[in-house]
Amino acid sequence: MKANQFLGWSSALCLSAALALPAQETISTNQLQQLQQQLRQLQQAFEQMQSQYRQQIDGMQKQIDALQQAQSAAAEKKKLEDEIAAKLGTEAKPAASTPTTPVVEARKWSPSQPIPVMRTGSAYMNVSFDALLNFGGSTASDPSKELQLGDHDPIQRGFSLRNAELVFDGAVDPYFKGAANLALKLDQNNETELELEEAFLQTTALPANLQLKAGQFFANFGRQNPQHPHQWALVDQPLVLNRAFGPDGLRNVGAQLSWLAPLPFFTEASLGFLNSGGGTAWSFRHRGEDDGTGVERFVGRATLARGLRGPGDFLYVPRLASSFDLTEQQTLVVGLSGAFGPNDTGPRARTEIYGADVYWKWKPANAQQGFPFVSWQTEALWRRLDAGADPTAVPALPAERIVDYGFYSQVLWGFKPRWVAGLRGEWATGNEAAYDASDVFRGERTRVSPVLTWYPSEFSKIRLQYNYDHGRRFGDEHSVWLQVEFLLGAHGAHKF
Amino acid sequence: MKTQARSYFYVSRFTHHALNAMKTLHLLIGLPFLALPAHAKLNLIATTPDLGAIAREIGGDRVEITTLAKPTEDPHFVDAKPSFIVKLNRADALIEGGAELEQGWLAPLLEGARNPRLAAGQSGHIDCAKGIAMLEVPTTLDRSKGDLHAAGNPHFTTDPMNGKIVATTICEALSQLEPKSADAFRANLKKFTGRLDAKMAEWQRRLEPFRGRQVVTYHNYWPYFAERFGLKTELFLEPKPGIPPTPAHLAGLVGRMKAQHVRVILVQPYVSRKSAETVAGLTGAVVLDVAAFPGGIKGGEGYIEWMDSLVNALAGAFEKSK
Repeated sequence: MKANQFLGWSSALCLSAALALPAQETISTNQLQQLQQQLRQLQQAFEQMQSQYRQQIDGMQKQIDALQQAQSAAAEKKKLEDEIAAKLGTEAKPAASTPTTPVVEARKWSPSQPIPVMRTGSAYMNVSFDALLNFGGSTASDPSKELQLGDHDPIQRGFSLRNAELVFDGAVDPYFKGAANLALKLDQNNETELELEEAFLQTTALPANLQLKAGQFFANFGRQNPQHPHQWALVDQPLVLNRAFGPDGLRNVGAQLSWLAPLPFFTEASLGFLNSGGGTAWSFRHRGEDDGTGVERFVGRATLARGLRGPGDFLYVPRLASSFDLTEQQTLVVGLSGAFGPNDTGPRARTEIYGADVYWKWKPANAQQGFPFVSWQTEALWRRLDAGADPTAVPALPAERIVDYGFYSQVLWGFKPRWVAGLRGEWATGNEAAYDASDVFRGERTRVSPVLTWYPSEFSKIRLQYNYDHGRRFGDEHSVWLQVEFLLGAHGAHKF
Repeated sequence: MKTQARSYFYVSRFTHHALNAMKTLHLLIGLPFLALPAHAKLNLIATTPDLGAIAREIGGDRVEITTLAKPTEDPHFVDAKPSFIVKLNRADALIEGGAELEQGWLAPLLEGARNPRLAAGQSGHIDCAKGIAMLEVPTTLDRSKGDLHAAGNPHFTTDPMNGKIVATTICEALSQLEPKSADAFRANLKKFTGRLDAKMAEWQRRLEPFRGRQVVTYHNYWPYFAERFGLKTELFLEPKPGIPPTPAHLAGLVGRMKAQHVRVILVQPYVSRKSAETVAGLTGAVVLDVAAFPGGIKGGEGYIEWMDSLVNALAGAFEKSK
């Protein structure tokens, strides 16, 4: 050992130096004793040092052995892997496209190495991109006219891409989390439309079980309205939500305070306080469509251009939701929601929307990847819109109360891992109003939609849906839609 | 706890009337009113039963522990039930694996819980992956290889020595949360690790004759266990993480098992037994039901009892399949 030789030489040098110096003078007994003592001390110090070095060397040797062992183990494993691969090629012959055993590039990480990959907690923001592509056809030559009125619904025969989302979220600081959702859509001319679907911050540390959210966000009304299209169980927006909230769903700029009640079961109350203008507040201060003469009309009436007059001009969205675990395997969520605000069909015109929703889910205690399960979701809505009079309309429209209501009910059955079969039934109707003929969002309508979804993984899905549509305005129509989804990047957690 | 007292103070101040009204309502409809229990004990929430079992060893009767995932449940796919939000809202501390295992369900629960004590970085947020040498940390992230965990394999408590690290982490955290019980927690830790060390020697003796043996598993759940006891778990029923078995993959697997004389297939309560039985039928291997967590299969709820049943079942299967 080199280290031992070095120690030997250096100790010899030390000793000779120590002995050589006093030898030049006369040596008294006293001095001799002193020298002997010094020598003993030196010897002791040297032995101590030597044993320390030996310990260190032994430690290093152990490390080297361990490393060598690990290397030979790795080599052995590699050899075995090659062997298996060779065997597979000759004996087992799985199909050419068969995925092989996962090659996990295993490596121990130690703090001295740089972090090689992006992962949760390695960046200040989670980023993801999600796209929904539709393909299909309908007996209606232009499904976007009467049948598929939702903004993210398939709008034409053939292909349509109506939802590609960029999602950002993360903790802002110890007090807020932030999230943004940018949605891109291709219209019938294949032009890209961009909208800021959501951009909000939310408190994380308010006392008294309170939480405040501010920015642009989906109003907390019912179950499906706050969800993004990729979370929906079917390819299109339910009829009754479409009629009450418009193609985009109910969302706007504002604030929302929510409170978790200190009860033994989950109960959350929230109150949204939002701007009431624009197409995303459809039943409220929504200016409507241009009638071709430069006049914007909603429910047939020319809408008033006016400014904010006071607190009564905001949109208020209260909601109360409770949840109960019926058994270990069954959970129930029930909710009541409301939306109250002005509309611009008259100076004093107002709209009220009420909703009730229920969600039930069963999942056994030994579910694999979350399957099997059965869930049932139903929402019923009722809207009262007090429309102002419009004598300029042709024919002239009186002040009237427009009432719409309806429900949808859907059952999903995850019958085996990655497969979900579903059925949605829905019905929407309203009272007779003077302007009805022009409005595709009115008139009794029934739709029945069986749907089958296959999830190749958590990051993709393929969905096939059939719609049987019956409407007073158009009679019977049939549509079939195939939808493909893919998700890149951070995978958001699932809310219940 | 101080923070808790303060938040309850706010509740009482701002919602006094609402609470009174609800109390009356509950008396009327006969529901038990449990809104403000006095906490003599630390109220802990563990995400998975293994962490819960270890925390019970350390906390003893000074803590109240609720476990979110059921012992028979696939821990990657737990439903974020609203009742969990209520539990987290009242907790003094959350004990989580912290290696992305709970990624699919924990975040919305914490968001809804409005409990600043459990925020990341607070003493009430106990991250058990701290100090664990993670296995299988991918060097590149590529989902064409399946749903891999970027933080490495999260099933680290299957190595009893990691169980010891987790116990130490929990003990330190609990001692910080409740300094007056620190001595008791440390005594419990000493007792637990003492028992674990003694058992460890026994387990190693029991599995020593089978060193180097290969075991087939459904999901890559046991690499920490395998490394500790000199076993190999490199063959899986699923072709890639999160992808269910295909006939072609199983055919390949049968070939490998025959070539390597693999005789044991481990199956957890939540995976389909069918593919395991098919492969067993073709290879003469034994299908062994094992619990992924303490309490998952009959027997003790404790961590050591779980590990004990695991080692004994496996050794038994090896002996039988000789």
